[in-house]
Amino acid sequence: MKQELKDINLDKYDFKTSEKNVLKLKKGLSVDVIREISKLKNEPGWMLDFRLKSFKIFKNKPMPSWGPDLKELNFDDITYFVKTGSEKTSKWEEVPEEIKETFEKLGVPEAERKFLAGSVAVYEAEGVYHNIKEKWEKQGVIFTDMDTALQKYPELVKQYFMKCVPPEDNKFSALHGAVWSGGSFVFVPKGVKVELPLQTYFRMNAEKEGQFEHTLIIAEPGSEVHYVEGCTAPRYSSHSLHSAVVEIYAKENSKVRYTTVQNWAKNIFNLNTKRAIVERNARIEWVSGSLGSYITMLYPSSMLKGENASASHLSIAFAADGTWKDGGAKVIHFAPHTTSKVVAKSLSMGSGVAVYRGLARINKGALNSRSHMQCDALILDEKSRSDTYPHNEVYESTATFEHEASVGKISDEQLFYLMSRGLSESEAKSMIVLGFLDDVLKEIPMEFSLEMNRLIKLEMGKLGATG
Amino acid sequence: MKQDLIAELEIRDLCVSVEDKKILNGISLKVRQGEIHALMGPNGSGKSTLAMTVMGFPKFKITSGEILLNGKNVQEMLPHERARAGLFLSFQYPSEVPGVNMLSFLRNALNAKRETPISITDFQKLVKEKSEFLKIDESFTTRPLNVGFSGGEKKRSEIFQLAVLQPKIALLDETDSGLDIDTLKTVAKGIKQISGPNIGILLITHYQRILNYITPHYVHVMIDGRIVKSGGKELAEKLEAQGYDWIKETAK
Repeated sequence: MKQELKDINLDKYDFKTSEKNVLKLKKGLSVDVIREISKLKNEPGWMLDFRLKSFKIFKNKPMPSWGPDLKELNFDDITYFVKTGSEKTSKWEEVPEEIKETFEKLGVPEAERKFLAGSVAVYEAEGVYHNIKEKWEKQGVIFTDMDTALQKYPELVKQYFMKCVPPEDNKFSALHGAVWSGGSFVFVPKGVKVELPLQTYFRMNAEKEGQFEHTLIIAEPGSEVHYVEGCTAPRYSSHSLHSAVVEIYAKENSKVRYTTVQNWAKNIFNLNTKRAIVERNARIEWVSGSLGSYITMLYPSSMLKGENASASHLSIAFAADGTWKDGGAKVIHFAPHTTSKVVAKSLSMGSGVAVYRGLARINKGALNSRSHMQCDALILDEKSRSDTYPHNEVYESTATFEHEASVGKISDEQLFYLMSRGLSESEAKSMIVLGFLDDVLKEIPMEFSLEMNRLIKLEMGKLGATG
Repeated sequence: MKQDLIAELEIRDLCVSVEDKKILNGISLKVRQGEIHALMGPNGSGKSTLAMTVMGFPKFKITSGEILLNGKNVQEMLPHERARAGLFLSFQYPSEVPGVNMLSFLRNALNAKRETPISITDFQKLVKEKSEFLKIDESFTTRPLNVGFSGGEKKRSEIFQLAVLQPKIALLDETDSGLDIDTLKTVAKGIKQISGPNIGILLITHYQRILNYITPHYVHVMIDGRIVKSGGKELAEKLEAQGYDWIKETAK
């Protein structure tokens, strides 16, 4: 009776309804394909050179020798560029019933549903945000998509693009450098505090989704910004590879919070590189909730470069049946009095595997720096798995470093206790799970955390039905 | 207006094993709405096993006999179904549930038993009323469920939940153990106030002292998984004065 997310047949969901308006390059990657992408985007010559250089690096880089098995990833079987236009919409009437029902269950408002399903190109509630946008513009805040930024602010883009995460970093950052497309560009001028979170939901005329989106956030000295990206409605996509790069420059005395909530289709390789350079007295806060995908590899990193810089990493990863979540955090303390705090929570269920892989390094000379890492895993059944691989290097004797890890199961006693008060088994289990996630969940903006709650309960419902 | 029937928990010749070890050897007991029964006995006599089994703890296996709630066998009912049918168990060792706010948990539990959810205002009123007479301050109810609670706080939390959920039959498993004298008084006063014609109580204890505050209608003595003697309040007093040895002798 109950339609679960898992049961939705993804094949039925056809994004190619208006095929004539979609330009798709042929599968596989070559110099010609890269030239074609750059030409279609009408990019400056330096960007084409950058792409070609990245491609060369990509070809020479080995696949990661650690982590989950990526041998099923076939680079020749991927379409690297799909040009989408505002006409590229599938009709709402043609969206399958089960997907509409999922939106219903998640409580996604009507207007948003059409946007998410690709049946309208621009989120209809944008009108409401027009005034806010005007205010930002008066303050000199730039918030646009990357392709537009490259056209309108080429010097600014050139100064920062892939300087924080260079193509040489890893195989997927190199691939990204070659084929990146879409994403967000944020520039907050000196001393400006953006009061409301900048949400990609409401971005004007931006490309809805990208396989290789690039996010570049520049927070000038003394500025503050909260960037929110994501959407908890499942991202249906025929693309099997998603490889994004996020670069954040947190200048002196600035504060940046980057929140992302995502729910991937179960066929996706989600291999991202996210990094922040944090200057003196600046602060970076990473908040992430990640559901779905086939394999996810994601280790946001904070380079604490300036004295007194600080980083906070809060994450929730849910490895449901068929998902491998390989995640963690990297914090590198270069300067004195820098602090970092990592709280990573994971859930695994069915054949799901949740891995915490973290690096904390405190360099010699990073006097009195402090790092605290906490990773908690909750295993929801007998089949699922959780592993922890912390890697810690402390070269400074005045530094303090703490690492706590826990792996737990829902105990029979806890479950019985809640059930004896009138809650069914699945209600009791989801209550225990949401309680376990609570200290991270409450940092996620309300509208997203409510949706995450519902999604987790939906997934948990399956557990109740089978267990 | 519809007249509700008087709820009744009947335990008939109940035998229970835990990990193949026989713990209960034929218990028969009847608790009706409006009655207070004290179940006394030394440690290890099977009192907690009885309470947990009645509530449906899956690790405890009924080998023979039955548990009837209003004439209906509860053996096929899951713990939450038993709760919704009017049963309540105050745990000797309540579980800690991190991150779960006590009030939101309690509202969920209350709504699980109701046809229409209670309004926030009514719920707040109910909580205020019940917490006042149990001397529970607000910070207590906004903390995560039982996490870091002292022994006394845990027991008060159990009685508070009992007061809010208003079951028909309540099993109180050693609610008085490990309490200092002031907390014991508060808890006992709470139980006394909850008691009345709408609730049947099975008060499990091995000390007589809580019975100084609450007068039971019936007292049962349990030894080695059997009820060996039943009587009135005077039986509890005799146990307090003379211990369990005399009764062990007569039970042989």
